[in-house]
Amino acid sequence: MTTVLRPLSTLTTGAPHPATPVKIDVQGMNFYYGAKQALSDITISLNANVVTAFIGPSGCGKSTFLRTLNRMNDIIPGTRLEGRITIDGEDIYAPSTDVVGLRRRVGMVFQKSNPFPKSIFENIAYGLRINGLATSRSDMEGRIEESLKAAAIWDEVKDRLTESAQALSGGQQQRLCIARALAIQPEILLMDEPASALDPIATQRIEELIYELKSTYTIVIVTHNMQQAARVSDRTAFFWLGRLVESGPTATIFTNPAEKLTEDYVTGRFG
Amino acid sequence: MTSASRRIAGDRLLQTMSILVLTLSLVALTALLYDVWSDGWRRLDWQFLTSMPSGRAHLAGIYPALLGSLYVLLVTAGLALPLGIGAAVYLEEYGGGGRLARLIEINIANLAGVPSIIYGLLGLGIFVRVFGWGPSVLSGGATLGLLALPVVILSTREALRTVPMSAREGSYALGATKWQTIWHQVLPGALPGILTGLILAMSRAIGETAPLITIGALAYIDFTPSGVMSPFTVLPIQIYNWISKPQAAFAENAAAGIIVLLVLLLSMNAVAIVLRDRFQKARA
Amino acid sequence: MTRQTQRWVEWLIERALLLCAAGSVLITAGIIGALAFETVSFFREVPITEFLFGTVWTPLFYDAQFGVLPLVGGTILVSVIAMAVAMPAGLLSAIYLSEYAPPRVRRVVKPVMEILAGVPTIVFGYFALLFVTPLLQRVLPDLALFNALSPGLVMGIMILPLVSSLSEDALHAVPTGLREGAYALGATRMQAALRVVVPAAFSGISASFILAMSRAIGETMIVAIAAGQQPRLTANPLQPVETMTAYIVQVSMGDMPTGSIGYRTIFAVGTLLFLMTFVLNLISDWLRRRFREQYA
Repeated sequence: MTTVLRPLSTLTTGAPHPATPVKIDVQGMNFYYGAKQALSDITISLNANVVTAFIGPSGCGKSTFLRTLNRMNDIIPGTRLEGRITIDGEDIYAPSTDVVGLRRRVGMVFQKSNPFPKSIFENIAYGLRINGLATSRSDMEGRIEESLKAAAIWDEVKDRLTESAQALSGGQQQRLCIARALAIQPEILLMDEPASALDPIATQRIEELIYELKSTYTIVIVTHNMQQAARVSDRTAFFWLGRLVESGPTATIFTNPAEKLTEDYVTGRFG
Repeated sequence: MTSASRRIAGDRLLQTMSILVLTLSLVALTALLYDVWSDGWRRLDWQFLTSMPSGRAHLAGIYPALLGSLYVLLVTAGLALPLGIGAAVYLEEYGGGGRLARLIEINIANLAGVPSIIYGLLGLGIFVRVFGWGPSVLSGGATLGLLALPVVILSTREALRTVPMSAREGSYALGATKWQTIWHQVLPGALPGILTGLILAMSRAIGETAPLITIGALAYIDFTPSGVMSPFTVLPIQIYNWISKPQAAFAENAAAGIIVLLVLLLSMNAVAIVLRDRFQKARA
Repeated sequence: MTRQTQRWVEWLIERALLLCAAGSVLITAGIIGALAFETVSFFREVPITEFLFGTVWTPLFYDAQFGVLPLVGGTILVSVIAMAVAMPAGLLSAIYLSEYAPPRVRRVVKPVMEILAGVPTIVFGYFALLFVTPLLQRVLPDLALFNALSPGLVMGIMILPLVSSLSEDALHAVPTGLREGAYALGATRMQAALRVVVPAAFSGISASFILAMSRAIGETMIVAIAAGQQPRLTANPLQPVETMTAYIVQVSMGDMPTGSIGYRTIFAVGTLLFLMTFVLNLISDWLRRRFREQYA
């Protein structure tokens, strides 16, 4: 069965990972859109400075789950969550939780790149301004350069910072959105199929970037592309019809899963 | 005639009649514009625009009416703009389909169907009498402001809906509050649509006659309004006044006044279109 | 700004916006209040039965009579003439635009309709009195200078865009499958349009008719200018009539002291007008909602 998993060779990059503390802990979580239950009884721990991939067929709830981690589903009317999600031991759904503060700590990159219809500079400056992070103009410029460098796009845009972000290519836009998320120095980075709309070369750049960012951030990435999950992640969680079927080290999930369903999915028998 | 050819003839007939109807409405519009133009163009000159009304038709002008229309419009916009946008933002971004929001929505839909002259009675009963503002620019502007409000609210909501969800999500994901998201991302994105709707609402208000007559705006004014509490007249009322006079010379004045009114409307609409195009280009 | 103040500011902004939205309810309250206050005083002096069933309206005469029927009759006469123009013409143009028209024609017709809808009613009034009436008088020598026919026809042109665009929306909402079914049975476009699409969109089209009727009843300046100011209970469109709206304008143009019975009549007439249009709007809204549920 290893024949279908061509990228297995790359697994060595992330496989033996030293244990890190638990960053996000989810216990018995159910999630509803109105009366419709989208996620059932999810329990999982995500470790710090580890890349975790969520895989599963479309509609399985992996994106919905990702969006519960920064409470992005709050802006959809009629959604409801049961159970407990903690970050660094703090319940993020407690009534006293400051949602705005939570989202500052948990950055997010979306499936379809969504730069604001402003200049490249302003795209990054926005998050810094609303969070009051820059002390001066030069501090602002420094932080913007730093985050653009961290997102590996600085060389391409440094001479055109005042140009509209929407003039960038799809891959550049997505890296700009990553830079925008990094600028406010989150602890966790959620990525919802960040490369699904990109060509192979742009995809490769994003994947390399994820590998570099993992030393600083806890990363959760949703992908429908199993090769991608195998390439970039240390741990993988497989979702099926709103349930978490199994999670574990990526190498295990792809070569020796405990569940038959997982094996069928990763070997491409369905999905 | 065979049934097939009869059916095809019927098809032709329906098409011909439809085209006839559309042609007739085009003809009606052309006749209207031509009639007004041919009656009024001789009176159009600088003197007409800058003179006071007069008992002698050839000396009369629309200066106070033009200024009155402008003043009233400023008050109207000053009321309808903030209230309308505020209400639209609440209903679209905060209301979330709650029972209160639903009630307000039904209410606004109903207000949009109330005849304009009823707004005039509202203005007369409340602004002129209860508030004691008299038949002033303030009363007139406020009355038209309320009349324009449903239009502004409905068009602003349309505009807000055109801002993609992804722009809101991008902002929230950076730790922006709801209001920061609305102020920095949603409103700028919806601005062209909001402005277009606002200008269209104002161009409707500038042609309104009945509600202002009802609140008691004067037909004959030979002074320019000095402030919001001043009595006033507006261009449509001046036109109505001239139409009501039997002499042909005054009808000529009315036609000239209508040309000015239509040119004003046309330029407002042109501004709306240019604004919309420019914003669309800037965002593309 | 600390998180605490930021939250407080957010709360404050939401309340302020809610207040803006709730303000619209105040407008409705204001309309009802203003109308009701003077109307109640009016009915203290004039029995409601005389108002509703009396056939003579001479409130400003020494021998005042307050039968509103002549005003209602004038309103309905003009509106019916307008509808007789706007309904068939609006529906035909809607059918043409939705079922036949090539895009090139739509690009011409749509702006013309929009311009027609944007012309101030005072301009239509001028057109009715000084263009249409003299034109009609050549054909109908009995036509009075002020009459119901000419403003009715012009009002029909004015509400035509409303009927056309709302009916077209309704026709558009009919699923293409229904049309294709008719074509598959060998129907011509006319047969598909008249026997399948129009019946399927019937409630949506009726909604547009009733809304147009409501608009016609509330229309003021065309009738104030061209229909005359003589309350007369007649079905003859060649004679001068006075509508409810024209009466309100007539009184407002004069100098009516507050609290006088003449002043109160315009509120009583206004209340009746408000109720009539309100009921029509409700029916139209109900029909439209039913239509939408049908094809949701």
